[in-house]
Amino acid sequence: MPDQKDDGEIIESADNTQTRRDWLLISTLTLATAGTAVGLWPFIKSLNPSAEIQAQRTSKIDISAVELGEQLVAQWQGKPLFIVHRTKEMIEKAEADDGGTDPQADSERVERPEWLILLGTCPHLGCVPRFEETDEYLWVCPCHNSTFDYSGRVLRAPSPKNLQVPPYRFISDTEIEVGEA
Amino acid sequence: MAEKGSLSRVYDWFDRQLPVTELMENHATKYPTPKNLTYWWNFGSLAAIFLVIQILTGILLAVQYKNDPTLAFDSVQRIVRDVEWGWLIQPMHAIGASFFFLVMFIHLGRGMVYGSYKSPRALLWLIGCALFMVLVIAGFTGYLLPWGQMSYWAAQVITEVFSAVPVVGQTLVEWVRGSFVVSDATLSRMFTYHIVLVPILFIMLTVVHISALHKVGSSNPTGVEIDKKEKDKFATFHPLTTAKDAWFGLLVLMVFFAFVFFAPHYFTPVAQFIEANPLQTPPEIVPEWYFLSMFAILRSIPEKLLGVVALFGSVGILFFLPLLDRSPVKRAFSRPIFRWGLLLFFLDFIYLGYLGTKPPLGANLVAGQIATLYYFLFFLSLPLVTWLEAKMAAKKGAKDE
Repeated sequence: MPDQKDDGEIIESADNTQTRRDWLLISTLTLATAGTAVGLWPFIKSLNPSAEIQAQRTSKIDISAVELGEQLVAQWQGKPLFIVHRTKEMIEKAEADDGGTDPQADSERVERPEWLILLGTCPHLGCVPRFEETDEYLWVCPCHNSTFDYSGRVLRAPSPKNLQVPPYRFISDTEIEVGEA
Repeated sequence: MAEKGSLSRVYDWFDRQLPVTELMENHATKYPTPKNLTYWWNFGSLAAIFLVIQILTGILLAVQYKNDPTLAFDSVQRIVRDVEWGWLIQPMHAIGASFFFLVMFIHLGRGMVYGSYKSPRALLWLIGCALFMVLVIAGFTGYLLPWGQMSYWAAQVITEVFSAVPVVGQTLVEWVRGSFVVSDATLSRMFTYHIVLVPILFIMLTVVHISALHKVGSSNPTGVEIDKKEKDKFATFHPLTTAKDAWFGLLVLMVFFAFVFFAPHYFTPVAQFIEANPLQTPPEIVPEWYFLSMFAILRSIPEKLLGVVALFGSVGILFFLPLLDRSPVKRAFSRPIFRWGLLLFFLDFIYLGYLGTKPPLGANLVAGQIATLYYFLFFLSLPLVTWLEAKMAAKKGAKDE
């Protein structure tokens, strides 16, 4: 039995008791921390997009009604999707160069040159660029004035990147499926 | 001994089981406040007044509000038009937010001018900074609820900010929104955070803030700590401070109600009167005035990740003020370099707010970058300023001898 002082403090007699106690303390704390983290995981995960929202990862879109030179703004994952039926002149302008600060060939951005399909959110802060046909650009962002060319490539900052090309495939000549499951 | 009245018997019954007298004496009737406090020391209690206003009006609004994207916008209009006294309660909450921020800015500024972040009040300052962060969250989450165009697009822009985080950026954005874009899921959670999480945190931190204050005592305009034994330099919190707080509080409330009655939409942009449309960005996205400075900092840096780091850093750096400024001199007016640096910092903050309303192009972009640079330079140069001031003081001391 350990000795006891008058004030009740226990004096450890064996030398190794202190380290043993430290070990118990550290292991208990470690387990408690790990346990708390594991316990919190469901709470954190419950804030993720739910199943019915996850189901919107892919969408089928009918593009037959889009006239030449016009833009259709469709929705995918609740985001605007630009579908441009490009004219010959538009394609020529897009293929003339590789864009501005984020160079990429037009051929890498389209599956069929007459159909330009883009995510309609500015890579800067997610605003929807305005369709505005000028000699220089085809879209201008109303938030911070980024401009995008006939292939949706950024010409003027602050957008750091081109308008994103979403993953899509042609189901038929008049229908596309956007997104990856 | 005379028979006690029934009222005092009731009081005694409570006092035996709850530290009623103890709390009242410690925090009001016997709590000493320095007699020389100026009106700049009123803004703490003013913040408490606006907290109470926000909670009371907020509860009544939550009763009538519908947190569903198809109903939210109309339900706010309904509150203003059809709910009895709704025309008063809704603008009180909206204007109250602006006043809360204004009071908080002045309260923070007072703390910087009079070194209220220095020993022994470093923890008090840190709790205050946490309260400011909660206010920022309150402002952000609350602004989405009316579901106007500006609500929607401000939320879209600010949640998109998290996409700048490397690797997990997009996952983080979806986690914050609960969806791919700001939507029903986002509105529900922001509403919940706004009416549950924010008030709980706010009330808890306020109690901790006041406890810490009453432990270390108020600072005072001289910047020199007053010895607790010099009793003639203190007056009890009640009635001196309570009377002064009440008088000044009423004065500010007069201005507040002038806005509520005569200019209820003074701070509301036109786009807020159009229901949120996820497919159409308003021509210009400008945040509420109290976020303009932070917004200007975000926009002045063309690199996305750095811009976001600067945005969070602009609030976060306040927490490091006690660490960066180690000068023993509390009062800014008594410091030869710091006083000008601080004055310039306040002007810089206001100027950033002005730039926040302008598109970041050409000269405005450069000005924004210079102003942002100074914002951070002010904080980061504090160790150097302190060192220089100490040298100057030593030189002056040597000359005087």
